[in-house]
Amino acid sequence: MHPSHFTAVLLFALFASTVFGITQRDTPRRMIRYGAYCFTLFVGSAIVLSWIMFFIAR
Amino acid sequence: MATSATKIAATKNPDQGFVYLPLIAGWLFPGAGHFLLRKWGRGALLSISIVSMFVMGIAMKGRIYTGAQDILDLLGLVGDLGNGLLFFASRIFGFGADQVMVTTAEYGSKFIVVAGLLNVIAAVDAHNLRTGRKSE
Repeated sequence: MHPSHFTAVLLFALFASTVFGITQRDTPRRMIRYGAYCFTLFVGSAIVLSWIMFFIAR
Repeated sequence: MATSATKIAATKNPDQGFVYLPLIAGWLFPGAGHFLLRKWGRGALLSISIVSMFVMGIAMKGRIYTGAQDILDLLGLVGDLGNGLLFFASRIFGFGADQVMVTTAEYGSKFIVVAGLLNVIAAVDAHNLRTGRKSE
């Protein structure tokens, strides 16, 4: 299995967000919202940091 | 300090078995602690997430930490141990790589370590549900 870096980020964010959502909130509705929030932050921060590193490297 | 919810739960279930059973079961197999508490949906999602992460780590030829030659190896070993029986099974059957040989193996090693850490969080959540520290 040889995923791209971005695919690995998506898979990592999906699994980690699922566990965070279930364990850190009490009700199903809040679990889904917190899971989606964590997923967005994981993926969003990876994209932002990647662009920062791209401009630093130039 | 015990909260009112903890006290209520403790008075409701004073003698319903070994209180650390969901914690230990959850550590040994992802989601098992929630299954014991009849939280089928949560247990299934936790189990699928953590086992998938571990299996993908192995499939990416991630490294299973077997010893502690330096501090980073020690931290990796602690993370891997969080996988419970999955870790011991992978040691017995020789899954995972001894050395990181390809780029994706580095991702795989991290997937395995993080799966272990997430499993510890899930097991502690099961324990909190059992003791009443977490309400539902």
